[in-house]
Formats: sequence, structure tokens, C-alpha cells
Amino acid sequence: MSNAAVTEKRASTLRGARLPKWSPYAIAAGSVAVAVGIGLAAGLDSRVQLGLIAGLLFILGSYVIAARVEGRRQAKDRVATSLVWVAFLLAVVPLVSLVWTTIARGVKVLDVYFLTHSMGVVADSQPGGGIYHAILGSLEQVGLATLIAAPIGVLTAIYLVEYGRGNLARSVTFFVDVMTGIPSIVAGLFILSLMLMFDMQPFGFAGSLALAILMMPVVVRSTEEMLKLVPNELREASLALGVPKWRTILKVVLPTSLGGITTGIMLAIARIAGETAPVLLLVFGSKFINANPFEGAQASLPLYIYQQYGSGETPAYDRAWAASLTLIAFVMILNMVARGIARWKAPKTGR
Amino acid sequence: MDISTKNTEAPPPIPQPTATEQKRAAHGATRPGDRIFLGLSRGSGILLLVIMAAIAVFLTYRATLAISKDEGNFLTTSDWNTGATPPVFGIAVLAFGTIISSIIAMVIAVPIAVAIALFLTHYAPRKLSGPIAYVIDLLAAVPSIVYGLWGAMILVPNLTGLFGWLDAYLGWTGIFSWDGGAPRAMFTVGILLAIMILPIITNVSREVFRQVPQMHQEAALALGATRWEVIRMAVLPFGRSGVISASMLGLGRALGETMAVATVLSPDFIIHGSVLNPGGGTFAQNIASKFSEATEFGRDALIASGLVLFVITLLVNGAARAIIARRKEYSGANA
Repeated sequence: MSNAAVTEKRASTLRGARLPKWSPYAIAAGSVAVAVGIGLAAGLDSRVQLGLIAGLLFILGSYVIAARVEGRRQAKDRVATSLVWVAFLLAVVPLVSLVWTTIARGVKVLDVYFLTHSMGVVADSQPGGGIYHAILGSLEQVGLATLIAAPIGVLTAIYLVEYGRGNLARSVTFFVDVMTGIPSIVAGLFILSLMLMFDMQPFGFAGSLALAILMMPVVVRSTEEMLKLVPNELREASLALGVPKWRTILKVVLPTSLGGITTGIMLAIARIAGETAPVLLLVFGSKFINANPFEGAQASLPLYIYQQYGSGETPAYDRAWAASLTLIAFVMILNMVARGIARWKAPKTGR
Repeated sequence: MDISTKNTEAPPPIPQPTATEQKRAAHGATRPGDRIFLGLSRGSGILLLVIMAAIAVFLTYRATLAISKDEGNFLTTSDWNTGATPPVFGIAVLAFGTIISSIIAMVIAVPIAVAIALFLTHYAPRKLSGPIAYVIDLLAAVPSIVYGLWGAMILVPNLTGLFGWLDAYLGWTGIFSWDGGAPRAMFTVGILLAIMILPIITNVSREVFRQVPQMHQEAALALGATRWEVIRMAVLPFGRSGVISASMLGLGRALGETMAVATVLSPDFIIHGSVLNPGGGTFAQNIASKFSEATEFGRDALIASGLVLFVITLLVNGAARAIIARRKEYSGANA
């Protein structure tokens, strides 16, 4: 006991005094307690405000205490550490709240009935109804968009990696970058301007076209990265055997990078599945089941959420949350499967 | 190429490839299969360029149809009356709202995102940082409409306390004065946008911070630097351009965000001095909310405002790409 104290004291003359390891926790607990105290005294009821006060107290407290015991440089380090932690916790709160509320409120009306019925005979103010028509519409629009965007995207990436030299390839690269940043509503407006020109009414495929525009650059980018990972030796070996270049690409390069390309396409699908703005402009939404994406307004899952929210009725809010949960589940599953494939099929690079 | 010459009946004494043959050999497109494949893939690339050009051309065309009949000044009028005769509309309010909400979002999101990225690369326990990074990756994929729904139903009611507090202590500035209405204001939009762009800025910044040479950091540590000093002297200078381009990517997303703004904001066509009072609007939000009642002319007017948004996002993204291109070692393009 006394021995340990002596060694600690000796070490401290060399390193300077240190706060004990538990001090951040103690300061955190103290600042939360004081914040709650202030809150009670001042009659505050907002948790956001209490959290802010506690955070400020924690940072101030650790700076003052550390500066007294350890010196200013160490104190700054501690403040930086606590700032980083506070920032992290601050960011976690809304994100956790988002996921939690969606799940908690979503499960209220989410059941098999909800998934297999449309809103055809249900007013927004009534409970009941479902999202079958919206799921159908979403799947068709996203499916068609993928059919358009995936081949074009993959072929463009092949062009950029396997053939691309000179000005054309450079400008394609540049505009793919630029295209990644197009707001979804602008893509919608573009297709809208075409529809205005031909005097067309909203229909599902128009939405698919806008979604395809949003999807293409994402597919190009990810496919390009994957093709670049294919070792050049494989291409050279195949070409040296006299295999034509196109067969080399089809039989050697693409199979090698297939996992990564699939991942990229799935992530792109996950991204466009949640797009609302172009669908709002081009597909318009409908309460009825419309299985034909080439004629008549269709529903779509994200649009359904927006319209149910917009109607302002409590049962509609419940439906909006349930639809959100469905949409998030779809996107998350797609993401996780895609990342799983990426990990499983990752090209084995030598280390 | 050489193999195919064997099949010709009378091989020339000295095989001298012509200029076109050489060119073909360089491109590897002599066989029909090769030519078709090259044509397809180059065609796709050209198609992308055509689409980009078409977007610009068609938006501009429809926009000129609307602007030519606009009795107000398209850039400075703060009114949106496309149904009136003569129509009077302008983007002043929208431009103001878009810029203000994006500035608020950036001011909140960038420091927090950088801090989270530092947390993941330098502070968090190893075991924790992997899963957290994975979850943040997933959060980047949450559809914006879900953020919008959450913002309108959960965030808005929880902000009254903060708004009251800001009004009480900072109300004298005028920017933070609040008349007690529902907190469906630009500041709310800014907060929500910040939450939305947080994952993407974090992801890209984390990638940059991970690439900081270990040697630099160890050298700083060996000189007796604290962890914060290592970050300030080795990590941040190395990652600065990466963080800037990550922020620009986030900014591009914030500028064009539609649904989250449309659900949270209660819009009007007045430029408000205070960010806490409801009102104002953004380009994307205005298009989404005005669209369903708009006539064909009204839609053209909305397209005109969309064109402005398109140009702004092009500039922002172009700047971000230029910064990335200057540092080729790291490309945030795939984020």
C-alpha cells in the first residue's frame, strides 16, 4: 500500500501530476447532476436544453480541473477529448431517436394486412388500409430504373477503365462526378420538361427514367473502383493467350469483379428506392393498385409516406410510420446484403 | 495482330502495319466482337454526356418560356404569383432560404462530423469504432423522407425549449428572435439538414484521417505532443482538403434536399430576418409544395427555379471535385 504510493509519487515527479482515470466519469456525472439541478431550479422541461447545459458544464469542468492539476497543455488535450466525445454523443441522440421512433411507431399498424392491402376504399382519416399498391409501384419503378441504369453504368465504367483514353474519357469522368451531385428534384424536373413537351400525364415509367439518371453515376463510380481492383496480370494472361479483348473483359475481368459490381448496384438501388421528389413530380401517387408502370398514376413507398404525413390525420401518421419502417427495413436489408457480398467476394489482394 | 497475318494467302515480305492498323492495334478493336463491345461501352459513356447536356438544354428551354413572361425580376422579386395576369415571380426568397438553411446546416454539421471522424479514428476503442462506422454507413442510406417525417413529428416539438432559450439570450441580435410560433423555421430546417448530411461528411473525413501517415503521428508523439497536439499538427493539416471536399459534398446534398424541408418548414414568400420565425422557402421545397396546384406555366416557372438550383449545385460539386482532384491520393468520389 505505502509502497505503491511511493512509486506513484516518484513517477509523478517525472511525468507531472495526473488526474485519476475515473475523473472524466466523475466530472460527467457531476455536470449532469448540476444540469438537472439547474433545470429543476429554473423549471426547464426541455431535454435538449438540459443536455446542452450538461455538455457545457462537462467541458468547462474538465478544463478547469485539468488545468489546475496537470497544466494547460494537458487540459487542452482533455477538452479536445471531451469535445470529441460530446460531439459524438450529440450526434448519436438524433440518429438513435430516428431509428427508435420509426421502429416503435412503425410496428403499431405494420402487419400482413397492412402489407397486402391498398388505400382504395380507405379515407385518410380512417384507420386500416395498407401499402400494397405503394410497394408494387416502388418495386416496378425501381426495377425498371435498374434495368436502364445498371447496364449503361457498368458499360460506361468498362469504357472508362478498359478503353478510356483521351478527351472523351476525361469528360465522361468529369460529368459522372458532376452527375452524382444532381439534386433528385432536378432530375425529376428534366423528365417533367420532356413530358410537358409531349403533353403526357404522370405514369410510373417517367419516374423510373428520373431514378435511372440518379442511379447511373453511382453505378459507374462503384463499378469503376471495382474494375480497377482487378489485377492487370489477369488481363495480360488472357490477352497473351490470344483471347479477344471483349472476351477477356466478359470472361475474366467482369467475373473477377462481379461481387463488387453487384454490391455497387445494390447500394445504388437502396439509394434511389428512397427518392421521393422525382416520384412526386412524375408519378403523382395514387390510392389504387396500378400494376402498369406505363400508364396512369402509380403509388410509391416514399411518396406514400409524404402524402400520408401531408393529410394530417392521426391514423395516416400511423400508416406513414409503418411505411417508413418498411422502407427503412428494405433499404437496410439491401445495404447489409450488399456489404455482405462485398466482404465475401472481395478480391484477394496480396499483402 | 501478328497471328492474323498468318491466315492471309500471300504474306507481305516485311509486315509493315499501316497507320490505321497501328491505330486499331492500339485500341484492340479489330475483330467484330471487339468493335461491337467498344461501340457499346463508348456509346454508354457518350449517352451519359448526352443526358447531362439534355438536362441543361431542356431546363433552360422551359425556363426561358416562363421567364420571358415574368413581369417581375426573376432574380430579385420576392413573390411567386404564376397564376396572376401578368405573372409575377422571382427567386429571391428561395435563394435566400436555400443559402441560409445550408449555412446553418454546415455550421452545425461540419465540426460535429469532423469530431466524430476523429473520434472513430483516434479516440474510440478499436472494438467500438468498427461497428460505429458501419452503423454510420447505414445511416447515410436512410431515405430523406424518413428524416423529414422524423423531423416534423419528433424534432419540431422538441425544439420549443431551445428556441425559447435562444430567443431569451440571443434574441437581441434579431437573428434569433422568436415570436413563439411552431418551430417550423429555417433554423429547424438547418438542424435537420445537419443531421442528414452528418453521416456522409463523417464517412469521407474518416477515410481521410485514416490515411494520415502513421510516421507523422508517431513523430509528434515522440516529441512529447499530447493527443490533441498530434491531431492539430499532423492529422488536421493532412486531412484539410479532404474535409473541405467532404463538406462540399454535404453542402451539395443540403442545397438540393427536398422532402425533409418540405415536411418541416411552414413556408411563405417573405424574407425573414430571424431564422427562428417560420417562413421562407428553399428551391427544392418550393417546387415540391407548389407543383401539384401549378398550371403548365406554373410548372415552367418551377423548372426555371430548378435550373438555378441545378447551376448552384453544379458549381458546388465542381469545386469539391476540383479540390479532390488536386490531391489525387485520395478520391472521395465514391462516397
